[in-house]
Amino acid sequence: MIEYDKLVNSTVKAIKPSGIRRFFDIAHEMEDVISLSVGEPDFHTPWHIREAGIASLEKGRTRYTPNRGFIQLRQEIARFLSRHYQVEYEPESQVLVTVGGSEAIDLCVRSLVNPGDEVLIPEPSFVCYVPITQMAGGVPVVIETGPENGFKLTAEQLESKITDKTKLLILPYPNNPTGAVMGREDLEAVAQVVERHNLLVLSDEIYAALTYTREGHVSFASLPGMGERTVLVNGFSKAHSMTGWRLGYAAGPREIVSLMTKLHQFAIMSAPTTSQYAAIEALKNGDEDMAYMRGQYDMRRRLIVDGLNQLGLRCFEPEGAFYVFPSVRSTGLTSEEFCEKLIYQKRVAVVPGSAFGASGEGFVRISYCYSTKHIVEALERMKAFLEEL
Amino acid sequence: MAMEQILELLQDDAQLTPGQLAVMLAESEEAVAKAIAQYERDGVIRGYHALVNWERTETQKASALIELRITPKKDTGFDEIAGRIMNFPEVESVYLMSGGYDLAVTVTGRTMQDVAMFVQKRLATLDGVLSTATHFVLTKYKDGGVIFQSEYEEIDERGSNLCD
Repeated sequence: MIEYDKLVNSTVKAIKPSGIRRFFDIAHEMEDVISLSVGEPDFHTPWHIREAGIASLEKGRTRYTPNRGFIQLRQEIARFLSRHYQVEYEPESQVLVTVGGSEAIDLCVRSLVNPGDEVLIPEPSFVCYVPITQMAGGVPVVIETGPENGFKLTAEQLESKITDKTKLLILPYPNNPTGAVMGREDLEAVAQVVERHNLLVLSDEIYAALTYTREGHVSFASLPGMGERTVLVNGFSKAHSMTGWRLGYAAGPREIVSLMTKLHQFAIMSAPTTSQYAAIEALKNGDEDMAYMRGQYDMRRRLIVDGLNQLGLRCFEPEGAFYVFPSVRSTGLTSEEFCEKLIYQKRVAVVPGSAFGASGEGFVRISYCYSTKHIVEALERMKAFLEEL
Repeated sequence: MAMEQILELLQDDAQLTPGQLAVMLAESEEAVAKAIAQYERDGVIRGYHALVNWERTETQKASALIELRITPKKDTGFDEIAGRIMNFPEVESVYLMSGGYDLAVTVTGRTMQDVAMFVQKRLATLDGVLSTATHFVLTKYKDGGVIFQSEYEEIDERGSNLCD
């Protein structure tokens, strides 16, 4: 008998499994479940983008690409970032094409963090930052954000967590699961602290294209002096409805990008070739689709926020991504109890906020990547659920 | 302009209430209700109906697409004869076409026999009709933008991943 428990890597072993899994399992086994739980678009990848992928296959373009990705794709990425977010990068040395935004996050953290370095992670947030930091030997330091600030990170909160071991700040905005967005003023306040304490920043802007404010998305890297201390992560999953193509990218100081490339070439070699061809088309001719999808999400967002508020589940207005994060405290239930009762009694699946960090307790994440019909039906079931509670 | 979005939203789901539409479009409920009423008065919105898949019921229905070749009239062209055809309750739609024939007419009856008789007795005999060609519908896969056969309906595969 091999005692795997004693042989395997203890850091990996110690990482907590995600709490979301259980709800997906329950939902999966039931019939007639209306889910508001997913984290990916319901739109298909626009046809012209799929066609570009197919055309590349027909031509037999099935080999590796350069480690950093096709230069043509990196040029389009640089143009896209400049056109939409007013940030400038050299395609040759400052852009790396990765397998989804997730790989870029992993590479960035591993390239920057030395054992014992502290990484600041605002929560509630996407579930990967803490384990990735732990795997890099870093120490995750959670900053709890809350509804009183619209789940934004404030300069004071940031300042209070900084020690002489702080290396990196992760900025996950627009935010999954809260839908919070950091506007220019919010970011400027954070930038001052970052500058003062000489921090590096990983700005995870994967939901940038889904920002519903008048101001639009402001990239942290576009703030004066911040480009040189920021690794910007973005990708094609949310902006272009391309989750399954697994394609993202990082842009930043060439010294950091070159370290990330070193890791990337050993672990991944190069991002999927077909996806890169499709992505070139997405960036060249996809702006209209992007605007259309944002418009559709925006309408659903208003519909669901209004619906939830009418049900007495207070939610602050989410300004980005495709999630609403209402409080369920008025029901007297914990997040998990609420979700469990809701799925068993009314077959509506939502995700407990506690899955995204302790500060998510008392909230649930509701996704609106669904048709209006689906959303209306789910709201009706939730109404009945609350009345019977 | 924003109000034109009402049409797209209603075309997709006619059950959305003025209240829901108003929220989605960031307009007042009154403004939306007024716009819808105006569209109805102007004949922009022509009606609301359920899309029924009769194949799933006990009721028998047969439909056909009839290609009609017509001699156009001097002053009224195809309009006059189209007007007469569309008045038959059996006729579901009438289109003027480019190409090899002139009018495409969809006809629904209880049986294929009924439809055939209707074409023979009512359509073929109309003044100006040169020829008819009847194509029976064997099955409806999609109608009015909606997929009719559940085996072709899209399955939502999302949500099986751990951290999204």
